[in-house]
Amino acid sequence: MSEQIPNDQTLNSQTLNDQALNDPTQRRQQWMAILAKAPAQQLLALAEPLLGERHFDLVRAPETGLTQVRARMGGNGEQFNLGDMTLTRCVVRSTEGYLGYSFVAGRNKHHALCAAQLDALLQSGRDAAAVAGRVIDPLRSELAQQSERKRQESAATRVDFLTLVRGED
Amino acid sequence: MYVAVKGGEQAIRNAHELLAKRRRGDRDQAELAVGQISQQLALAVARVMTEGSVYDPELAALAIKQSAGDLVEAIFLLRAYRTTLSRFYTSQPVDSAAMLVERRISATFKDLPGGQVLGSTFDYTHRLLDFKLLAEGDSEVAEPAAPAPRQTDDGTMPRVMALLEQEGLMVCESSQGTPPADITVDPPAYPCDRSARLQALVRGDEGFLLALAYSTQRGYGRNHPFAGEIRIGEVEVSILPEELGFEVVIGTLQLSECEMVNGFSRQADGEVRFTRGYGLAFGQQERKAMSMALVDRALQAPQYDEEIKAPAQQEEFVLSHCDNVEAAGFVSHLKLPHYVDFQSELELLRRIRSARADETMSGENDDEQ
Repeated sequence: MSEQIPNDQTLNSQTLNDQALNDPTQRRQQWMAILAKAPAQQLLALAEPLLGERHFDLVRAPETGLTQVRARMGGNGEQFNLGDMTLTRCVVRSTEGYLGYSFVAGRNKHHALCAAQLDALLQSGRDAAAVAGRVIDPLRSELAQQSERKRQESAATRVDFLTLVRGED
Repeated sequence: MYVAVKGGEQAIRNAHELLAKRRRGDRDQAELAVGQISQQLALAVARVMTEGSVYDPELAALAIKQSAGDLVEAIFLLRAYRTTLSRFYTSQPVDSAAMLVERRISATFKDLPGGQVLGSTFDYTHRLLDFKLLAEGDSEVAEPAAPAPRQTDDGTMPRVMALLEQEGLMVCESSQGTPPADITVDPPAYPCDRSARLQALVRGDEGFLLALAYSTQRGYGRNHPFAGEIRIGEVEVSILPEELGFEVVIGTLQLSECEMVNGFSRQADGEVRFTRGYGLAFGQQERKAMSMALVDRALQAPQYDEEIKAPAQQEEFVLSHCDNVEAAGFVSHLKLPHYVDFQSELELLRRIRSARADETMSGENDDEQ
């Protein structure tokens, strides 16, 4: 089944080669964040050729619920509950036995399932490079571009206010 | 008191069909898509998410479509849907200092590190109707000119309040790690914790909080406010699932935050410091965040030994009336059949009047005798 996926070690993946992230947990946190934040359609389109006919056991089928969002008074004080947000979670097991998890804001079950499957593949030595290079890296740069676009749009509205002396005398 | 009534099924069914028909409007107009609402009426969506207490732009947009634009009804729909979902997790506290800032202004410092960024705002518009928007077809939207890069700017935006805290001029927020109250599980008992107050204010009706905030400015519980900092932008939300044992980011939220600098008072340590109020809301909701911050400060009156004499300072009054789902529910219940109740009032009034008529009659008779 895995034949159709080139085990492409030559892919120079930022995700796997990031020197700052030697800790496997940090690396996993990073790809899970990218998978969660990715635009669903783009994620599914990128993952489709890799996931193709691969088999995964559903450990926990995608289910939607809520996460209570907490904030801090004054930004850094005691916590309070701001409200809820929707969240979809999913757990799968790959044929190699890796458990893939996903926790994705919103209610898109396809997104959550796909993210969990990719999380499982990214933990395996055999598939990690391909998934990282073909899915995670493009998504990472897409997200970075989106942020940069927003940053630039806002930067164009930066002002320098001048104080005028009031003519009081 | 009202009593149950039976019947009217057909009329009710027809009324609901008529509602759907009226909501759809003239069929010559294209039907409004939920995606259009979430994209093009984003500020209405933000209000429904905040007061409906669920961050999900698509659900909020659906609620707005279903309620034909009645936002209080949409908030009710979202609250009702919310009860059908289990709460899986509680997030780590969001960090608004790490926000991807879309707007950030301060009315207290002209030149502040990170600068003032207007973002998308109605401020400085002339509030003239723009008839270009009336034209059919996609109106031209210009791309804002790219700014000249600023060498001095390292992209960070420290909190305005932190600048005042560092000088000891502002009361500090500190965290003892006290678990916050959750009014969705335990209804608030008065007096209540500030965490319960803030949670209630986030869900509170924007109009009600705006009016209360305005009342403090007009002298009903004055607290001498300055908009220390307002910021709008995206923050990451992460949770710590037990099964993983490490934090994971689940997505981002757009938030509006307002930190109000309020009149100074002498603190327990003998020093005089500015006091503060805090407002936070989902999406772009500056007016709500500002109103919330003013009311939050007004409700801190006991903490600063201020005399409680205005409505905005009265915790039980504010918190038990700010929720528009509860308020609309109780006002609307007057539409339920009160036939028996009203009959007894009618009966009583008639008896009083006939008793009086009898008295007058007998009085007149006395005179005649």
